[in-house]
Amino acid sequence: MRVVLAEDLFLLRDGMIRLLEAYGFEIAAAVGDGPALVSALIEQRPDVAVVDVRMPPTFTDEGLRAVLEARQTVPGLPVLVLSQYVEQLYASELLADGAGAIGYLLKDRVFDSDSFVDAVRRVAGGGTVMDPEVISKLLARGARKEPLGELTDREREVLGLMAEGRSNAAIAERLVVTERAIAKHTSNIFMKLGLPESADDNRRVLAVLAYLKA
Amino acid sequence: MTNTKKRLNAVAQGGFWFFVMLFPMLLGYLLLSLAVGMAGIGLGLLLIPPTAVYLRRLADLRRRKVKQWRGIDIPEPYRAAPEFAPGFGGYWRKVVFHGTDPAFWRDGAWVVVDPVVGAFLAVLPLAMVLNGLYGMVISVLWDVLTRHGFNDWYLFVHVHHGNEGLRWAPAAAGVLELALGVVIAPALLDAHARWSRLLLAPTPAQIEARMKHLTATRADALDTQAAELRRIERDLHDGAQARLVAMGLHLNAASQLLEKNPEAAQKLLLEARDSSAKALSELRDLVRGIHPPVLADRGLVDAVRALALDSALDVEVRAEVPGRQDPPLESAAYFAISEALANVAKHAAADRVWIDLRLTGGLLKITVTDNGVGGADPERGSGLRGIERRLATFDGILALSSPQGGPTVVTMELPCVSSSPKTSSSSGTA
Repeated sequence: MRVVLAEDLFLLRDGMIRLLEAYGFEIAAAVGDGPALVSALIEQRPDVAVVDVRMPPTFTDEGLRAVLEARQTVPGLPVLVLSQYVEQLYASELLADGAGAIGYLLKDRVFDSDSFVDAVRRVAGGGTVMDPEVISKLLARGARKEPLGELTDREREVLGLMAEGRSNAAIAERLVVTERAIAKHTSNIFMKLGLPESADDNRRVLAVLAYLKA
Repeated sequence: MTNTKKRLNAVAQGGFWFFVMLFPMLLGYLLLSLAVGMAGIGLGLLLIPPTAVYLRRLADLRRRKVKQWRGIDIPEPYRAAPEFAPGFGGYWRKVVFHGTDPAFWRDGAWVVVDPVVGAFLAVLPLAMVLNGLYGMVISVLWDVLTRHGFNDWYLFVHVHHGNEGLRWAPAAAGVLELALGVVIAPALLDAHARWSRLLLAPTPAQIEARMKHLTATRADALDTQAAELRRIERDLHDGAQARLVAMGLHLNAASQLLEKNPEAAQKLLLEARDSSAKALSELRDLVRGIHPPVLADRGLVDAVRALALDSALDVEVRAEVPGRQDPPLESAAYFAISEALANVAKHAAADRVWIDLRLTGGLLKITVTDNGVGGADPERGSGLRGIERRLATFDGILALSSPQGGPTVVTMELPCVSSSPKTSSSSGTA
């Protein structure tokens, strides 16, 4: 699997390259600033990109803007965004195009390399992975707001795990119930949120989007 | 050469003040008289705002030209004008605002006395030059004038038929007078500039009040800053630093156990990893309290939107603030809003909040409205006082309307002096 890596701090870039290569990824390009990232994404068309938010030249949300720009040219280009902090505002901007294949994680999630690499693979496969910190903030306040107010507590919990990018099987394991029970919850969620019949993956993205926008 | 040129320029400047500006000044005098004269029947009061604006135009022109020509700086004493609502209510507020601004009445005093004192100082050099030229004309045309029965005094010379012995005296006196007029012109125009400053600059009492305000708000700002630094130091010491020490200990122990007891070493390594995650999480919280990342990345409006998303309340943000403001001002406004929102969550028993940000006429106006129980008292809690102090450093103000039963509206206003030149945030800060 070919990866484009964007990280301006040498130490972290080096560490990430080692980690990803150890898990069998091929580093197509490793860049250190926004403009270089945009061109690397468009020229290399990697299977997935791992991108730091804050980079030169402005040292603000350079990486985020580069990703949004590149995804306008290459819709649905899988990108996992890493940051020292997660913001719901940025999460909803990343998800706004509804194309999925987006991850948004805190940098320290890299520490757990197995689940980090798993997240990279899920994003590469078109999935959506949101950091538990984004999800927990949403759970704290989402209860009152439309249209999520119509969901039961259990359904909200399932939606939260879905937003973390977990499959029905993984959610079932986490909540200690059968996978069929989870499938029932998810179809209820899709129905209550008024999401049209389509490929399951895309509906999951739209559900998460509705969740973030609430 | 340049000296002569400077002097002639001064003569011309005096001419400008007299011949060009005297009529507009008298018009201002007339407007003021109408406003004051008809104040008794109310109509005059309505004339106050246009009069104030007109007088200020005149005074600002004087300030600008005096600075440009004579190099004397005249600061403006006016209060910052708030935004007035349309309709009669807004207009009435305008009347009250201008009518109670001491600077307006000082402009009024200026327009009354300046046509006498200021005009005299300004026009004297030019008058002397013109009169000098007139003396020369008299000498040249002596025959023509006296033959037609001209009979008058030019300075000390009696100009009439039969006094031909003094024919060239007016010209001689005229040359002297002209020269004198040109020589004294810079001094008189400087006196004119100082006279303008006397009437148009803030009074010592105003300056003293301003200094008191600045001293107090500076002390507050320094106190707040010192307290903030102490808090950061304590948080680092008890938080991230302690976690890093624990991490080092775990790693050390793990390295020693690696051979003998790999399982125990593995456990310690995992603990070290958790410590680093916790240290990072604490550092993140600390950074949010110092300077929130979205504020640094995107500026005030998006930072407030992010704040709204993170809030447990249902917060709606409306904003009309183009570009970026000065970073310290953005930070003050952000934390003021954040504090106001925290107050709502703590005391108001509200579930909806509306935040409105608007930049008009160099004034950033922020309102935070909630649908809670009302009855907020700034004397009771320290929250609103804290916001007020924070804003005062930037000459900002806070107004609170909170009747029993709600709704509560917190209005904050911050003058943004240097907002216009920087509209882009993407200039490099490496």
